[in-house]
Amino acid sequence: MRLNPKVEQGLVKAALQVMTAVTVFILIFIIVFILRKGIPVLDLSFLTRNPVDMGRGGGIFSTIIGTLVLTFVAVLIAAPFGVGTAIFLTEYTWENRVTRIIRFGADCLAGIPSIIFGLFGFILFVMKLGFGWSVLSGGLTLAFMILPTIIRTSEEAIKSVPATYRQVSFSLGSTRWQMVTRVVLPAALPGIVTGIILSIGRSIGETAAVIFTAGSALHLPTSIFSSSRTMAVHFYILAREGISMSNAYGTAAILVISVLIINLLTYYLMEKFIRKYS
Amino acid sequence: MTTAIRVKGFSHFFGSAQTLKGIDLDVLKNEILGVIGPAGSGKSTFLGALNRMNDLIRKSRTEGVIEIEGKNIYDPDVNVAELRRKLGMVFATPVPLPRSIFENVVFGTRLSGSRDRARLAEIVEDCLQRTSLWEEVKDRLDTSALKLSGGQQQRLCIARVLALRPDFILLDEPCSGLDPISTAKIEDSLRLLKRDYTIILVTNNTKQAARVADRTAFFLSGELIEVGPTDKIFTAPDDRRTDDYLRGRFG
Amino acid sequence: MNKLERDERLVRLALLAVSFSAVSVLTVITAFIFTEGVPIMFKYGFKSFLAGMNWYPSEKSFGLLPMIAGSLMVTLGALVIGVPLGLSCAVFLTEFSSKRLRRTIKPAIELLAGIPSVVYGFMGVVLLVPFIRRTFGGPGFSVLAGSIILGIMILPTIISITIDSLLAVPPAYREGSIALGATRWQTTKMVLFPAARSGIVASIILGIGRAVGETMAVIMVAGNAVAVPGSLLSPVRTLTSNIALEMGYASGEHRQALFATGVILFVIIMVLNTIANMTSSRKKV
Repeated sequence: MRLNPKVEQGLVKAALQVMTAVTVFILIFIIVFILRKGIPVLDLSFLTRNPVDMGRGGGIFSTIIGTLVLTFVAVLIAAPFGVGTAIFLTEYTWENRVTRIIRFGADCLAGIPSIIFGLFGFILFVMKLGFGWSVLSGGLTLAFMILPTIIRTSEEAIKSVPATYRQVSFSLGSTRWQMVTRVVLPAALPGIVTGIILSIGRSIGETAAVIFTAGSALHLPTSIFSSSRTMAVHFYILAREGISMSNAYGTAAILVISVLIINLLTYYLMEKFIRKYS
Repeated sequence: MTTAIRVKGFSHFFGSAQTLKGIDLDVLKNEILGVIGPAGSGKSTFLGALNRMNDLIRKSRTEGVIEIEGKNIYDPDVNVAELRRKLGMVFATPVPLPRSIFENVVFGTRLSGSRDRARLAEIVEDCLQRTSLWEEVKDRLDTSALKLSGGQQQRLCIARVLALRPDFILLDEPCSGLDPISTAKIEDSLRLLKRDYTIILVTNNTKQAARVADRTAFFLSGELIEVGPTDKIFTAPDDRRTDDYLRGRFG
Repeated sequence: MNKLERDERLVRLALLAVSFSAVSVLTVITAFIFTEGVPIMFKYGFKSFLAGMNWYPSEKSFGLLPMIAGSLMVTLGALVIGVPLGLSCAVFLTEFSSKRLRRTIKPAIELLAGIPSVVYGFMGVVLLVPFIRRTFGGPGFSVLAGSIILGIMILPTIISITIDSLLAVPPAYREGSIALGATRWQTTKMVLFPAARSGIVASIILGIGRAVGETMAVIMVAGNAVAVPGSLLSPVRTLTSNIALEMGYASGEHRQALFATGVILFVIIMVLNTIANMTSSRKKV
């Protein structure tokens, strides 16, 4: 059947519009649904009290702390290595076999599914190194997961710092390291921070890797060797064991709101960063 | 007049391409040496060889000697960072760093560890005075340097170099993007600055060299064709090629 | 060499060491997964591992075929849903809509990518599974449910990368085609798709990778029965779910068998990633 091209285009365009509308609708639906059912559950006591009776009652305070602590440890470990790698690749070397190996390592790491990280973290940190289910095990595992993201975004941020800045710094008698710390990093900071915020977003929602390394203890973590439950893990357990639907919705709402805030933050930072250099 | 820089048989290569061919040139103390020549003649490379900025480019290689204060600056035990503080460089496009005016001027000074705010403030005022920028910005030293006009930014860059207390000032086509008034201001500053500094000015504007330089060197295709008092170069050059260039027959 | 050069060289060495962190971690992970998982594959026979129909850990029976079939079916289903929707969306946003519309919707899609997988799974359990049960019968926890949820989850990957690939096609191609009298759709069909093909294929392969590696959402909606699914409505267990469900209480050879499942998964992902890298680097101009 040979259609007039204009007619064909009209039909296709309509079909594409429908598909796009469906996709956008799905997104909006998910967010609205979770928020509608979850926000009513969110009150001050929900956010500030610990779970009671395995989560049937009380709030999610300890899981919020657990999430924050775990994410903090992960970023603390991954950021220096990630930014350091990015600095090395852009400022201290030309493209050669070494850089290709480094990039290959980072790319592969980025593609590994979270359950494998969970397996690995379990066997190495929890068992072999004896850290047990702990913030340390979870933090280390998460750090490995977010490392490629930090490398990639830091590298892009550093690369977009104008070459003339480097030239000027050298011509005024700086060492390379002084140039990196006093000129390049401050200029690339918004981009680097964006990457870290993105990684934080990923860590907040991560479940498979965390549940096998940080465990699911409901108490507040007292040290990095304490086991701790994150919001995502708590949500999973609530939903799967059918413990409390309303608390599950509440936790889900917090998770979704966190993602929204993080995305808005990164979007805003990126706009600011781009505007600075154009 | 004493010799401040002695260039002896100096050649420079980028990979296999030779950009400077056996340059023999003396730079005299407290003079303004103009360096003229068509694009690609090696003028900027020559400047970059003096403060070893060329070292930063991949596959850069040199032969020959450049002596400053009797020492070859290409000796392996020369501290390159110190060298660059002695020979301050100003680029064709003004590059203010994304900082305040004050912080821009003291950037180089801070690199060597100076932190006394009072001392730094003195340095800032002194250097901005010398570049005729002080009156224009003294009330807004803490505002961003990026907000200055092109001419002001370039004078800021010169002030930034002066803050290092260099012996030499190297300028690579500093007025190429600037309006005539800013250009005039910078040329006036240079005339005053030569009392305390030795200045090498690369320019593709021969009239600027005629206005400002005591002696002028003419480069062509990586070779130093001729160097001498500016008056002589412009009225009765020894070499035919110099004459052709100045008359606009090429370049 | 003077002090300045020596200091610079030290800094460089330190940074070089730091840079090998990613590679080292990758190596260590690979080493661990393989050392824990490979021995048992040899002990029970490679073929029976991959093709065995029975997974009864307590009876030392470790056949992964139901899970391999499960992963395969669910991933295929995800592609059936995700690829047409994703490509349509990408094409619409780049060729048939205003730049402003694209600038609003693209971030929204990236938002979709940020939603935790457990939330997707939850939506599946609360809305999709009962719907399937009511409309089509069966337990609701099914290949269909898994495919739909996974299909939605891989949309952002396919859309973003396809948009980037289409935008990377030189404008001259578009302009030339329109100048010859083609409509936008004809241009897209005959000029842009072939030009952006490697990027589009890469996006799909990365989408496959994401679907194969997804765990939490699938556990929540797919039913987790250890049996080769007979129909779209049958419950199914994937390789990832297998690991996640039993790891908590497995020990000894059972645990090793789960690591072996991890090895299989790892190899599949690595192969997919390498193919994706190769197709996107062999860019056709």
